[in-house]
Amino acid sequence: MTRAVHAEMVAACLAGYPLEACGLLGGVDDGAVSRATACYQAANAAASSRVYTVEPRDMLRADRAAEDSGLSLIGVWHSHTHTDAYPSPTDVGQAPDPEWWYVLVSLRDVEPVVRAYRIRDGAVEERPIAVQ
Amino acid sequence: MSVAVRLPAILRPATGGEATVHADGATVGEVFDDLIGRHPGLKDQLLTSDGGLHRHLNVFLNDDDIRYMGKLEAKVGETDTITLMPAVAGG
Repeated sequence: MTRAVHAEMVAACLAGYPLEACGLLGGVDDGAVSRATACYQAANAAASSRVYTVEPRDMLRADRAAEDSGLSLIGVWHSHTHTDAYPSPTDVGQAPDPEWWYVLVSLRDVEPVVRAYRIRDGAVEERPIAVQ
Repeated sequence: MSVAVRLPAILRPATGGEATVHADGATVGEVFDDLIGRHPGLKDQLLTSDGGLHRHLNVFLNDDDIRYMGKLEAKVGETDTITLMPAVAGG
């Protein structure tokens, strides 16, 4: 993940507080390593501190922007305002794509905590993030 | 009439990996029926068992969400593009 993507994602989560913030990640995935080089902020259509729904029109815009840049949507990020940076049962149950990255930004503590996961068939596996 | 249908990565295995396919119909529902005829693996991804729009799918006709324009009855034209996107939500 680039520093710019990391910074924009965390800033959007802080700006969205006390509601959950969300957005998409654009980048490339060569099978072994994924590189997120674009952050697409989206409105939380649920406007909630407990759940999020990526505004469909924002997702369409993100998809087109990624395509125009030669990228793909490779994941989704959202904030947890009061809990760990770990997928909730709702996150696991509604994960749309096993090849996506699910990035959580926890705002529970003073310093935001960012973690990334694969969610496949209900199984959650954390993967390391390198910010470069 | 034939319209272009853009698919998210999660649906592309059903079209042999194609990101954009073409299907015939005068409404989104007719296009879906033709699309499912060509790519049967899409059926459960697009429609519910009673023929309604799958709730985990967002469908855009050009820039517009079909939920606000008649859903499957939305009229399509030859130059239109239908874009399918997964609904993304969580807690």
